[in-house]
Amino acid sequence: MKKLKVNGQAVEVDADESTPLLWVLREQLGLTGTKYGCGVAQCGACTVHVSGRSVRSCAVQLSAVADGDEIVTIEGLSKDSRHPVQLAWAELDIPQCGYCQPGMIMAVAGMLNHNPDPSDEDIDLEITNICRCGTLARVRKGIHLAKTKTSAGEPA
Amino acid sequence: MNQMTSLSRRGFMIGVGVGVAGAGLTISFLGGFGPALAQDAGTAPEVNAWVHIGRDDVVTIRIARSEMGQGTLTGLAQLVAEELQCDWSKVVTEYPTPGQNLARDNVWGEMLTGGSRGIRNSHQYVREGGAAARIMLIEAAAARWKVPASECTAKDSVITHGPTGRTVTYGAVAEDAAKLAPPMEVPLKDPSTWTIAGKPVKRLDTADKLNGAQIYGADMKLDGMLNASIKACPVRGGKLKSFDQAAVMKMPGVRKVLAVHDDAVAVVADTWWQANSALEALPIEWQGGTPYNSADFEAQLEEGLRAREAFVGNRQGDVEAAFAKAAKVVEATYRVPHQNHACMEPMNATVVWTKDSCKAWVPTQDGMSALASVAEAAELPVEKCEVYKLHLGGGFGRRGSSSGDHVSQAVKIAMSMPGTPVKLLWSREEDMQHGFYHPTSRALIRGALDAEGNLTGLHIRIAGQSILAALRPEALKDGLDMVTMQGLAPADLAPGMETQALKYTFPNLLVDHAMRNPPVRPGFWRGVCANQNAIYLDCALDEFAHAAGRDKLEFRLAYMKDCPELQAVLKAAAEKSGWGKKDGVHRGLSAFYSFGSYTAACAEVTVDDDGKLKITRIVAATDPGMAVNPQQIEAQVEGSFVYGLSAMLLQEVTFKSGEVQERNFDTYNSMRLEHMPLVETIVMPSGGFWGGVGEPTIAVAAPAVLNAIFAATGKRVRHLPIKDQNLREL
Repeated sequence: MKKLKVNGQAVEVDADESTPLLWVLREQLGLTGTKYGCGVAQCGACTVHVSGRSVRSCAVQLSAVADGDEIVTIEGLSKDSRHPVQLAWAELDIPQCGYCQPGMIMAVAGMLNHNPDPSDEDIDLEITNICRCGTLARVRKGIHLAKTKTSAGEPA
Repeated sequence: MNQMTSLSRRGFMIGVGVGVAGAGLTISFLGGFGPALAQDAGTAPEVNAWVHIGRDDVVTIRIARSEMGQGTLTGLAQLVAEELQCDWSKVVTEYPTPGQNLARDNVWGEMLTGGSRGIRNSHQYVREGGAAARIMLIEAAAARWKVPASECTAKDSVITHGPTGRTVTYGAVAEDAAKLAPPMEVPLKDPSTWTIAGKPVKRLDTADKLNGAQIYGADMKLDGMLNASIKACPVRGGKLKSFDQAAVMKMPGVRKVLAVHDDAVAVVADTWWQANSALEALPIEWQGGTPYNSADFEAQLEEGLRAREAFVGNRQGDVEAAFAKAAKVVEATYRVPHQNHACMEPMNATVVWTKDSCKAWVPTQDGMSALASVAEAAELPVEKCEVYKLHLGGGFGRRGSSSGDHVSQAVKIAMSMPGTPVKLLWSREEDMQHGFYHPTSRALIRGALDAEGNLTGLHIRIAGQSILAALRPEALKDGLDMVTMQGLAPADLAPGMETQALKYTFPNLLVDHAMRNPPVRPGFWRGVCANQNAIYLDCALDEFAHAAGRDKLEFRLAYMKDCPELQAVLKAAAEKSGWGKKDGVHRGLSAFYSFGSYTAACAEVTVDDDGKLKITRIVAATDPGMAVNPQQIEAQVEGSFVYGLSAMLLQEVTFKSGEVQERNFDTYNSMRLEHMPLVETIVMPSGGFWGGVGEPTIAVAAPAVLNAIFAATGKRVRHLPIKDQNLREL
């Protein structure tokens, strides 16, 4: 049994150490908000935070996750969808089919953790998630809007 | 883009028309959703098929079309709510099931969600559904008060008796209303008085998409469910020869390895990761198939461009006489590749089969054809089967009416384990390998110019694959696939083509199609043939205008003189972008009519000395006639550029020895934020008609940018995708 800390809770999972974190989250822990899109760290739909940093969980084996790592998924990003990124996403009505959006939101939240005021160039470099519906124009607006928000939903 | 074809399969099913079996397994659902419509929840009966109102005043609106991101769910609810005059804040939605639709004699009409038809083909009857319910609710209140219904009005789910000021909420009279006969006459509101429809309201389905709560097909979880991964023969048309299941049966979680149909093998395991890992390790032998090579097929397309025989789609005047008299003839050849839908959510279906019933949970664009696929594969009468629709993680035509391959596979797997729910999820590699690909084609465009630079003759010869010949040969018209004529056809070419007609007027015109079909299954792909036909037409017009030495806006407007709507969108986009300004910005234009809507774009680009492209800004204009939700129309226009420009910039499926070479997003890429231009959208509904929204703008995306590239470089990109072509060394 492997011990993990996911969304603030200590959990134990019974899975082969080679299993990608994505599938541990989805199939062992029932956290299906984290999506499978490619399995090769290309699309970003599986993005979660490990100790505050965005990772593509399809490419992180369970063995690479350490005991003290804090894993946060879309389900644990905030209470009641009050994270600034979620508030901005709601305000601009960004999701279309929505399948890529948990990964998109986690990638943006992860970027804002270490770069609270990203420029467009920063965004281009760091947010490389794929969205086939085509929300990208609003995603950029949403990132700039999220920068101005606090978790209470008021301007910072 | 399916409106001109008869769906024989559905015709069969409608003819069957019998009750839905109530028997089946008791299944508990993660996420709390299930097959029951709101009226079964023990509150009140429905007012009519479209509207259920609970005692708590919650209004449940039934949505027959599928939500795959395009916003139709919200738009249809707005239309019903507008006529219902209900409190929008109390509206929720639900999907009736295909089985219920069948049992109720198709009361919800068509479920197929494609061709940008979700709203434009159902606005009338859904509004009537809302209006009829309102009339019945008012009648019920009036009867309770013993006053004439004409003295009562309804607003925000409250009925008021004018003379006395008494009020009652919809929820309090909904049960009475449900007992009334529907009204004979159902007048609809004048759209100028709309307060919910026509407004930029927020989508109804956003909240769960922000926190991971939205359950897609890939997320399905049923009690006792097992998971399957599948591999079909990668060579087109090849079969499964053998597999060595003993090699993987001892791997963790593996329950079963089985052949599926005659061309695939699946592993069933406790988890999908286990199933897929075992499948990867499974020794498999394939046999047969067609060792098709894309590179070899290019010669056939090239031959088709000058072949003597071709299907004529549009002929006006005498094009050869025009060429004989021409002062100048301009020729160009353009080419587009095969492309894959690559929905973010890979194909999947979850199925429980017993000898008496088959239930399937499917993210599908067409519940009725999914039900047909289930019944056929399950070897059960359709009335013993049911499909529960889920929101789609992308559709784009891949999950449409002719592409139930994965559904059929899932049923076959579930049949091998009676009573056990099984979820089949394709790997991304399987999704790339077994698509229904956007057809490849080439076009030779010839323009005849007179001495004054007027376009006196135009011949567009398209050589390429037919979708209908592969999927619905019965829909060919004397051999012609009218879909290949999308946006270039005369309005009377076939029923439904009036919304896909050419809106330019050319004195002498010939558009014909040399059908060349490779052994690759084609499919309807968001925008379908409008995408390349707009490239062919609008890049050619740009070439002709340049050769004639004329302004490209003025030149285009001259040939759309009979279509003020198309002129209006083109002018709007050009003006807002700053067309004609001497400001050093390189601009390109495009305008096209498809799916009943007029669209135009003005793209602005830079190309650096190394030939690297940057699309800086696009101004887009769209006239869909009626605009049900302007902010969602903007979202679809923005998304259309992502879809259309991803294709233009990056996407090509190639076959080698019968196998797709692009196995994942690393080689079949899609636009990222770094490629995304600023998009400014002008929504300019002129009223009086209902056009589509999810697809039409894709047509203008690529040609506007390609024409802007020419403005920047003097070089024409004629071979797509651009990929790593150096734009300064074409």
